[in-house]
Amino acid sequence: MKIVNVTHGSFYAIGAYAAASLTAAWLARGYPPMLSYAVLVVAAILVAAPFAILIERGILRFLYVRDEVVILLVTYALFLILEDVVKLIWGVNPYYIAQPYALLGSFQVAGMAYPTYNLVLVAAAVLFGGGLAWFLHGTRAGKLLLAVIHDPEISRAMGVNVDRFYLATFLLGSLLAALAGAFTAPTVSVVPGLGVDVIVLSFAVVVIGGLGSLPGAALGAVIVGVVRSLSVHYLPQVELFVIYFVMAAVLAVRPRGLFSLAEPRKI
Amino acid sequence: MTRLVLGIFVLLAIAGLWLPQWAMFIMTVAIARGLVVLGLLLLLRCGLVSFGQALFYCLGAYSAGALGRFLGVSDIFVQMLVGGAVAGLAAFVIGFLLARYRGIFFGLLSLALSMILYGLLVKTEALGSTDGFNIPPSTLFGVRPGADWVRYAVMISAAGVAALAALLVHRYLLTPLGRLAPAIKDNEIRVEYMGASARRAVHVKYVIAAVLAGVGGALAATTVGHIDPDMAYWTSSGEFIFIAILAGTGNVLAPFVGALIYGAIHTMAYDLSPHTWQMSLGVALLVLIVFLPQGVWSLAGRLRARRS
Repeated sequence: MKIVNVTHGSFYAIGAYAAASLTAAWLARGYPPMLSYAVLVVAAILVAAPFAILIERGILRFLYVRDEVVILLVTYALFLILEDVVKLIWGVNPYYIAQPYALLGSFQVAGMAYPTYNLVLVAAAVLFGGGLAWFLHGTRAGKLLLAVIHDPEISRAMGVNVDRFYLATFLLGSLLAALAGAFTAPTVSVVPGLGVDVIVLSFAVVVIGGLGSLPGAALGAVIVGVVRSLSVHYLPQVELFVIYFVMAAVLAVRPRGLFSLAEPRKI
Repeated sequence: MTRLVLGIFVLLAIAGLWLPQWAMFIMTVAIARGLVVLGLLLLLRCGLVSFGQALFYCLGAYSAGALGRFLGVSDIFVQMLVGGAVAGLAAFVIGFLLARYRGIFFGLLSLALSMILYGLLVKTEALGSTDGFNIPPSTLFGVRPGADWVRYAVMISAAGVAALAALLVHRYLLTPLGRLAPAIKDNEIRVEYMGASARRAVHVKYVIAAVLAGVGGALAATTVGHIDPDMAYWTSSGEFIFIAILAGTGNVLAPFVGALIYGAIHTMAYDLSPHTWQMSLGVALLVLIVFLPQGVWSLAGRLRARRS
């Protein structure tokens, strides 16, 4: 949609918090722990959806005509607001829910224990990525969405309900962020500031991959993940900035990211 | 313009005699931020938003700090000079890479560069790692003002430098190179067809902006008396952009007015609701973008239009 959305980090945090608190409540009541995965997902979606709809309908839709950079600032403002909203709702104490993580146990790879949960996460990521790619390129709605992104005015003239596509896309994107937060929640302690870290990282990922490109985002995520793990392992001093270093290096060689889409020039 | 700036400077110098210490502190910090935002204004006129101006702000602060700590130089003017020079030099080198980028990519790449500096500083034990270090109180031309007068002296020197900077930038915007800015924002390809180099124009502006940010950083460092790597963190850059949006790009004095208003909003928000000041800031930013897209300075224009 040509929106660089800083609020995405907030949705990640909201998803993580919602999942952590509701799953903790679920387990505390003694309900079956196997169902806690479903609770993770449902909690994140139920809590994040109203926020997303409110933001898109209440604020963003009036501002699409403005510059990309102005929209970036708007989402930055919303991010500041949501950051405090999260603190007001869930407080500043960390949440832990380790059960879903521990429940699946671990298996052995070349003599090392590897938690099954992480493997499930990888599978989920592949599933979501593949699903999204299929939706965008294989279904009518997805193709219409690409058309809307390319040129909202022409799409509107052709009879596409552009407003609804904008809402649906923003909602979908936000829910994916919330789900990511929910899936990560069991592996970390959920603390304030979660959103800040993830948003700067994910910007690095999409910029490396090329804005608006799905395979690019996937490749960018892998690059960032591998580079970060390598640096933690071999040279922990540089862990903080190695990602930005990679991002700067990629942009120096491919100015619009690895899988950048062609862009028409305005004369 | 020259008369207006001089008038404000004299007014501040006289009014400063009665200002309480805390107000002078807020004033000086506002001037330091205003300098950084003045540089952002130059870039914004080209349609470029730098999310990494904190890089040069922090560089200026750390060079001033290093001067004070390792060489015992505490003269405020030397510190500002060196801060600006170091930042400008860094921008000159980085500019070769950065001047090729526009839009979101320019913003994110500058953000990445400032985060690299942040990462470096956090890991550098010699410069105090995450804690940073303290800077000895400033002197002026070798004279150490009495304890009651330090704040006033620093504020006046800051105001003097800021006035000079504002006038120079105002002049620059009237030169052919300066007038290219809105053209680059409008349509870069046409600029190239006219025979001007958009890349060089952006590069020059980027260096000027960095020098201003470096001077601002040095000033902030000696005013606050302490520096830490958070000065290079991206939230710090966000702060500057906030001020730039709040102020508007209509006039070289706008950044300073904006910085002062920001200081006031920030202080009040912190005072009234210490736990939700971020929310107050966010709401203020949102309201400004929606209702005052040209910034606070556009109010002045509207008033003038109504009067005539």
